[in-house]
Amino acid sequence: MTDLSMQPDAHGMFGRFGGRFVPETLMPLINELQAEYDTARQDSEFQRQLAYFQRDYVGRPSPLYFAERLTEHFGGARIYLKREELNHTGAHKINNCIGQILLAKRMGKTRIIAETGAGMHGVATATVAARFGMSCVVYMGAADIERQQPNVFRMKLLGAEVIPVTTGTGTLKDAMNEALRDWVTNVDDTFYIIGTVAGPHPYPAMVRDFQAVIGRETRAQILEMEGRLPDSLVACIGGGSNAMGLFHPFLADESVEMIGVEAGGKGIDTGMHAASLSGGAPGVLHGNRTYLLQGEDGQIIDAHSISAGLDYPGIGPEHAWLHEQGRVEYVSITDDEALAAFQCCCRQEGIIPALESAHALAEVAKRAPTLPRDHLMVVNLSGRGDKDMISGAQHLGENFQ
Amino acid sequence: MNAATESPMNDTTRLDERFATLRAEKRPALVTYVTAGDPDFETSLEILEGLPAAGADVIELGMPFSDPMADGPAIQKATLRALEGGQTMARTLELVHAFRQRESQTPLVLMGYYNPIYRYGVERFLEDAARAGVDGLIVVDLPPEHDDELCLPAKRHGIAFIRLATPTTDAKRLPRVLDNASGFLYCVSMNGVTGGREPVVQDVERMVGQLRERSRLPVAVGFGIRNAAQAAAIGRFSDAVVVGSALVEAIDSAETRHGAVQAVHGLVRELAAGVRRGADT
Repeated sequence: MTDLSMQPDAHGMFGRFGGRFVPETLMPLINELQAEYDTARQDSEFQRQLAYFQRDYVGRPSPLYFAERLTEHFGGARIYLKREELNHTGAHKINNCIGQILLAKRMGKTRIIAETGAGMHGVATATVAARFGMSCVVYMGAADIERQQPNVFRMKLLGAEVIPVTTGTGTLKDAMNEALRDWVTNVDDTFYIIGTVAGPHPYPAMVRDFQAVIGRETRAQILEMEGRLPDSLVACIGGGSNAMGLFHPFLADESVEMIGVEAGGKGIDTGMHAASLSGGAPGVLHGNRTYLLQGEDGQIIDAHSISAGLDYPGIGPEHAWLHEQGRVEYVSITDDEALAAFQCCCRQEGIIPALESAHALAEVAKRAPTLPRDHLMVVNLSGRGDKDMISGAQHLGENFQ
Repeated sequence: MNAATESPMNDTTRLDERFATLRAEKRPALVTYVTAGDPDFETSLEILEGLPAAGADVIELGMPFSDPMADGPAIQKATLRALEGGQTMARTLELVHAFRQRESQTPLVLMGYYNPIYRYGVERFLEDAARAGVDGLIVVDLPPEHDDELCLPAKRHGIAFIRLATPTTDAKRLPRVLDNASGFLYCVSMNGVTGGREPVVQDVERMVGQLRERSRLPVAVGFGIRNAAQAAAIGRFSDAVVVGSALVEAIDSAETRHGAVQAVHGLVRELAAGVRRGADT
C-alpha cells in the first residue's frame, strides 16, 4: 500500500493532482522556493525559530478541549474541540504565515503579498509582515470586503494595503488571480504567502507541513487525556489547510476516520455551493490540478457559501487525491445547517465559532448522536466568529432572539 | 514517428515557411493577437479574415478562459466579452476552420490556458485543432516541467509548441525551456502580465541576443508593445513582434461591430508599416 503520508513526489504530484502549472516567469522562483524550503526544514536553527514564534507569538500549543455540554447535547460521541481559534489573530492561518515569512526572510524578500477570502489569512499575513518589518499587500474580493469589514480594518491597522478585486465575482478565486498577476510583475522582491494547501508545488506540501502542528499536538493531547487515538476527525474545507493540518499526522493510522466538510451553500443540486469534490471535476487552476467547480467548457464556475473563507471553486490537490484514495470521507453542509451549528456552539459552549468552523460542527451535529459514548471525535475549531457578527446578524435576521 | 509520416497531407510547416519567406525579405513578422469570439463569433471571423491583408504575418488567437491569470485588464475584458458572446472551445476551433476556408498561407497559433484544453480532452483537442488548421500552441500555464501533458502530444500531431522565455529565465534554466520548443520562441519582454508597461528596448535586445546564442528558432517579442514606433524598434533585432492588448482595446472602444473590424485592421496596417519601416533603417 502507498504510504499516504509520504506525498507528494519530486514533481509535486499527489497521484495525478498537484503539479506546477504556472507561467514561465514564476518557474525559477518556485524552484528556488522549493530548494530553500527543503534546506530550511532540515535546518535546526529554522526549526528553533519556528518553534519559538509558535509558542511565544502564536500561543501554541492550542488546547484540546473536552466539549462536555456539546457532548451532552448530542448525546453520543465524546466531542473534543481543537481550539485553533485561540491562536493569535483568531484562526489557524497564522501557523502557516509564521513559517512562510521566516522563509521569505531567508530568501531576502522584502515585500509580501497574499490573497484572502474571509480575511483571516489576510490578517495573519498582515500581522507577520508587521512583526518582520516587511511591506504587505493583500488582495481581497470586493464582495468579501463588503461582508468582512472588521477584518479589512484590522489589516489596515496592521499596516497592510488592502486592494479590492472587482473582476469575476469579486471573491477569493479572483483575489488569487490578482495576487498571481502581482507576483509575476514583482517577482524579484516579492514573496507570495499562499493561505491554503493549494497553488503550485511546493505550496500544498509546505502549507500542510506548517499546519501539521495542529495534528501533532492533537495526537499528543488525546493520548494524554484519553490514553488512545481518536476514532474520528472532523474539519471544514475551503482550500483545506486546517483539515490537512489536522489529518496529516494521522493518515497512517487506519483506525482514525477522517471527515472533510465542504461548503454546500444553498445545496449541491442548486449549483450554488463551494463543494469542489461533491460537485466538481478535475481541472487545472492557480498552479495545480485538482477538483474544480467548472462547466463543460472548462470555464470556472463561481462558488457560493455563506462563509467567505470556504467560498473557493477548488480544493487542495492532496485532498483531491485522498478523496480518490478513499482515505478521507468528504461531505457537504449547507448554509442553513452551518448557521444552526454556529448558534448551537455559542449557546452550549460559550464559544463563537467562525462560520467556516461551524460547517464542521454541523457535521458533528449529524454524526455524534448516532455514535456510541466511547467514540472519540475531534473537531477542528479553526477560527473564531468575531469577524462574522455582521453577516451572521444579517442572515439570522428576524428569526434571531 | 514524426509528424510528416503521421499526417503527410497536413501542412505542418506554415510557420517555418512564413519565417523563411520573411527572412528572405529581411524583415520581421508582425504577430497579431485577438481573442476568439470577441466581441462575437461573426465579428471575430470578419476580423480574422481581414488580418492577412492588413499586414499580419502570423495570427495568434486567444482561447477564452474565465481565469486568465497572466493577462492584464485589456485581455481579461476581451475574454469576458467572448465568453458572454457564447464562445466555447468548440466554437474557437470552428472559427479557425472557417478562417482556413479562405486563407491557407498565414500561420495561426492558439494561445491560452490549459484547463479548457484539459476539459475538452487533450487527444480530442489536438485532433480537432490539427484538422481545423492550427499550426501552434502557446499555453501559458504549462512550463517544461509538464511537457508530457500537451507539448509532446502536440508534436505528435504536427502542432508546434511555442515556449515562452522571460526575464527570469536565466542561463541555468534556458536549456530546459528550449528543450522541446518548436515553431518559434516567444520572448516575454518584461516580468508582468500582458498589456503592461512599455518594454526597455536595450533589455529586450540583450534577451533576444541570449536566445539566439542557444537556439536557431525564430525569436518573437511580446508584452507591452502597443504602437508602430515600438514595433519598429523591437523589430530591428527580433524575428517577430507580437501586439495584442492594443488590438483588443480597439475592439473595446469601438461603438459598432463594423467599427471594431475597421479599428483592428487600421491599427494592424500601421503596425505592419512600422515593422517594415524598422527593417529599412
